[in-house]
Amino acid sequence: MIANVHYVALSAVLLVIGTAGILTRRNLVVLLMSVELVLNAVNINLVAFGRHLHDDSGQIFALFVMADAVAEASVCLSLLIALFRNKPTVLADEVDSLRW
Amino acid sequence: MLDTFFFWAFAFLVVAGALGTVTFRNAVHGAVGLTASLVGVAGIFLLQGAEFLSVAQIIVYVGGIMVLFLFVIMLVNVGRSAGERRFSPNAKLAAALCLGLGGLVLYFLFSRPLVLAPALAESTPAQGNTERIGNALFTSYLLPFEIVSVLLLAALIGSVVLAGKRPEA
Repeated sequence: MIANVHYVALSAVLLVIGTAGILTRRNLVVLLMSVELVLNAVNINLVAFGRHLHDDSGQIFALFVMADAVAEASVCLSLLIALFRNKPTVLADEVDSLRW
Repeated sequence: MLDTFFFWAFAFLVVAGALGTVTFRNAVHGAVGLTASLVGVAGIFLLQGAEFLSVAQIIVYVGGIMVLFLFVIMLVNVGRSAGERRFSPNAKLAAALCLGLGGLVLYFLFSRPLVLAPALAESTPAQGNTERIGNALFTSYLLPFEIVSVLLLAALIGSVVLAGKRPEA
């Protein structure tokens, strides 16, 4: 029997994997993909609790999170392209011109 | 019974895809893993009765964001991911911290019954999922909906300005 706790647990696992990706990888594109994983974990949670409460608000908020993820992805990827034009690297720790 | 099977199948897809995204050396392989994970999340939405969200997930993520990611990978990443280190120097510490956090959350989730706010009385909805979402979006959530459209417009203009060619100043 699949209860609500299973969905919450799946969301927690996805969140942890995404956070680990953000913290450990060097490639900026992979970092952004990990952010998408974290946002999806949030969405699973929202839908799970919305279903538990028999309320559609959870799904609406998940929809808003999705729109937010789209905005984030497009702006971050164009930032990446602008960065690549100035300095041909996609590794996070090589972008250190502002480092003291 | 069938629910259980599909839950575990989709959960496996989600977790395996996510692990692939985080660990694959080649960013294109990572993007394929992310696609698998997002399709799994769409299946999870479907299991929870969120049909509209499930289809939107496929269209927005798999159809839109993933194509964007693949394009950017092709633009910036060509053949350079072969020899370099994948993980940052303090990756072990970060991974250990994440594992600890995840273990803690899972432990507390399963060690006691999940106490949630009492559910509202379940009423058999007269309308389908998509219809209810649409009604809610254009009545109670009209203002957030419009704000999101302004946000998307700002993101659109911002990405064109950021990635577009700059005139010589």
